[in-house]
Amino acid sequence: MRYLPLTDADRSAMLSVIGAGSIDELFADVPAEARLTAPISGLPKHATEMAVERHMARLSANNTTAGSVPFFLGAGAYRHHVPATVDHMIQRGEFLTAYTPYQPEIAQGTLQVLFEFQTQVARLFGTDVANASLYDGSTACWEAIAMAGRITKRGRAVLSGGVHPHYVETARTMAKFTGDVLDTCAPVLEASADEDALIAKIDAQTSCVVVQYPDILGRIPDLARIAQAAQAAGALLIAVVTEPVALGVLQSPGSLGADIVVGEGQSLGVGLQFGGPYLGLFGCREKYLRQIPGRLCGETVDADGKRGFVLTLSTREQHIRREKATSNICTNSGLCALAFSIHMTLLGGSGLSNMARLSHHAARKTAAALAEVPGVTVVNNHYFNEFAVTLPRDARQIVREMADRQVLGGISLGRLYPQEDALANGMVVAATECTTDEDIAALVAALKEVLA
Amino acid sequence: MNAINPNGWRPSMGEGAPDNAIQTFTGNRALQLEEALIFELGDADRSGVDFPETGGIDMSALGPMARAERPELPGLSEPETVRHYTRLSRQNYAIDLGLFPLGSCTMKHNPRLDEKVARMPGFADVHPLQPVHTVQGALGVINELAHWLIELTGMHGVAMTPKAGAHGELCGLLCIRAALEAKGDPRDVILVPESAHGTNPATAAFAGFKVENIPATPDGRVDTAALIARLGPDVAGVMITNPNTCGLFERDLKTIADAVHAAGGYVYCDGANFNAIVGRVRPGDLGVDAMHINLHKTFSTPHGGGGPGSGPVVLSEALSPFGPLPFTARQADGSIKLIEEEQAHDEHPQAFGRMCAFHGQMGMYTRALAYILSHGADGLRQVSGDAVLNANYVLRSLEDVLDAPFGASGPCMHEALFSDDGFAEGFSTNDLAKGLIDEGYHPMTVYFPLVVHGAMLVEPTETESRAGLDQFIGAMRSLAERARAGDELLKSAPHLAPRRRLDETLAARKPKLVYKD
Repeated sequence: MRYLPLTDADRSAMLSVIGAGSIDELFADVPAEARLTAPISGLPKHATEMAVERHMARLSANNTTAGSVPFFLGAGAYRHHVPATVDHMIQRGEFLTAYTPYQPEIAQGTLQVLFEFQTQVARLFGTDVANASLYDGSTACWEAIAMAGRITKRGRAVLSGGVHPHYVETARTMAKFTGDVLDTCAPVLEASADEDALIAKIDAQTSCVVVQYPDILGRIPDLARIAQAAQAAGALLIAVVTEPVALGVLQSPGSLGADIVVGEGQSLGVGLQFGGPYLGLFGCREKYLRQIPGRLCGETVDADGKRGFVLTLSTREQHIRREKATSNICTNSGLCALAFSIHMTLLGGSGLSNMARLSHHAARKTAAALAEVPGVTVVNNHYFNEFAVTLPRDARQIVREMADRQVLGGISLGRLYPQEDALANGMVVAATECTTDEDIAALVAALKEVLA
Repeated sequence: MNAINPNGWRPSMGEGAPDNAIQTFTGNRALQLEEALIFELGDADRSGVDFPETGGIDMSALGPMARAERPELPGLSEPETVRHYTRLSRQNYAIDLGLFPLGSCTMKHNPRLDEKVARMPGFADVHPLQPVHTVQGALGVINELAHWLIELTGMHGVAMTPKAGAHGELCGLLCIRAALEAKGDPRDVILVPESAHGTNPATAAFAGFKVENIPATPDGRVDTAALIARLGPDVAGVMITNPNTCGLFERDLKTIADAVHAAGGYVYCDGANFNAIVGRVRPGDLGVDAMHINLHKTFSTPHGGGGPGSGPVVLSEALSPFGPLPFTARQADGSIKLIEEEQAHDEHPQAFGRMCAFHGQMGMYTRALAYILSHGADGLRQVSGDAVLNANYVLRSLEDVLDAPFGASGPCMHEALFSDDGFAEGFSTNDLAKGLIDEGYHPMTVYFPLVVHGAMLVEPTETESRAGLDQFIGAMRSLAERARAGDELLKSAPHLAPRRRLDETLAARKPKLVYKD
């Protein structure tokens, strides 16, 4: 077997050092009645590299890939162009096959990357500090709600109806078990987000107000106004960013008053990957840093006085605090953080701004073209690279019929909100710098055909 | 013994030795290269990505939240970027460089086929919310992996979405909570052995349970009598790691499980060490109700410097109905159905909720499936066999120079546990660990499990050759002798790494988490 270096001669020699007659003898502590004597049912014997590759290639071929068709899907996962350098660098074995940097003397590569990553995220979000990443945007969002509860000692979070429904569902699942109360605004298919309804829900028990920016329908809420209302009541503002590229052209949530900013970093460096692994981003005010979940990398010096980096403030973490830890998270999303950081380094502030401008430009052209299709209405007044439209009938059906014409034209709100009949005719449409004029023409043609 | 250095040449170590005496202008030491931060190298107007002209674009649809200035993020050209990350990568130790004996973390070779497969466009370039009929191959991967995970563990169902081991623990405990609530029998105590990984009590507390510790016996296993004595109407379940963190198989797990079930509770098994028993015993046959599988351990998806991981949770028949959404199931016509919130009401009504957005760690599923198919039934059995053989070889080759507290408890499983008993006054595990760095190895897991003084947990894994193990054993013997003799140079090790010991107290007292100009 190609991954196993021991030969049978090695095995016998080693068994005689151990004083055992066979490998099976080493499993003597497994109760005899539970020991497997036959191979696992149905699993074939070992396979050649070629055979496995062939099998996986067949499965791969049975999908419509985003790059092969006109593609307008978003809702928390975006198709941006990732420079070749990113994937090349993250495949260096010294990054790919390293562990969590618990031995800093021989992990300065990973640690310096994390320090740079934290700084990039903090600057992008406009927060004082950031952590070394969490699993993904949805789990980061819940961790922020839990952290706000610890800081304010209050148990009622108010969520905007514009927060990604999977994020809301993840938080709702967790809250059911922790006893936190989530007060969620109903999603509405209207041009402006529900700022008044949201602010009306804030009271003296509110731990935090959770607002997505831009929101699930692409609308861009006035965070400064909500921050003011939340903070006046002693609550924190948590801003959720599922499309970090937007911050190339939008004011940062931190600069608008958000206390905690979380996000999904997938847009930069990571790729679509059918939903994971993705990258949870987490930044906040410095005064809350001892309540931050997950790993933190900090600067220090070594015994010779040279600058170096270590994982720090681990007294918050489960391996020290056990049942008193701030969170149970152990693994973060290190390699995705590396990919994000490399992509961001390649872009720089001007590159990110250009990428954002081109994405916005593509979205504008798409919205203008769709507005010309009879029966289609663009909902948003303002948006970055994603907006909602209403269609004359159930959008689930229309999305499927467009896919049959080899156009992935959007995400139906029925898929996202199966219980909300009022949203059934809605669809969200996203564009990026990858979107071409031909893609837009194909979308319009497919939609016209389906609606005819 | 020392095949890569037959002449026995040793680099000189310590203050005043010639290799430290030579000062260079750059601070570099030949191939050991210092590297500045991107904030010191780049600026926001430099970029390694070319875009079409964006000058004339009308940005008015952004509305009032538009920003006036580009963000203050440094950019680098492509050659500068490649050099920056290449130089940083060389300051890391990695499995690709050598044996990485980090106990309980399972640092084994990461097959490169798995990397190639994960990058196939049908897996890497599909959106999680595409219409289901356009992603049948991707769902097929999830379903096929789910099938083999169920077969390999002898369980009934599997929740695929948890994003890492600790996330899987949480998923398993939430299934237990949901099952108890469905029975109208709320219970709030989880029993955890004192040797457990720190995530176990943290997870139980996070899921709203009270944690009670169960003591260990002198031979390094759970005190079965104490555990059974504690069972009662308030105990929701137990969390047991098997093989346990002392590297031993919990012989009584079935007895414990039967007692827990009789008392109305459930058994959570921490599957972090499943790699030791895969293909040899199925947790389902031992009465386990829920177990997470770290795909990044047993099935060798890369650790990536700290994730991403993946922690699917296999479930017993009793807990399967409560598994979170999304849920995949094969239909009578062979197609694979994705059950999301939309269909859950009819087809998976007792799901306790959702662990995360989308479908979990697809990029890890493809790698793990390629790994399972490559090894096959015979190969996976050999994997656990060789992992256990290598660990026992290390245990028996070192127990005359290092204290092995459970060496008399029979064979170990996939990891060998030592203590610092016998070291000279003032010398501890950390000194030996830092000495290993100078010898060109990553240290083993240190000071864990907490039940052993100065614990050193060595997990060589099955992907090490005998010659490689002999080299490592030689280095360990040399270091053990130096620690017993009180060699002062060991106290200040490492001497030869890119950095000497780092001041962790300073880092925690004055946290500096971001770069400031």
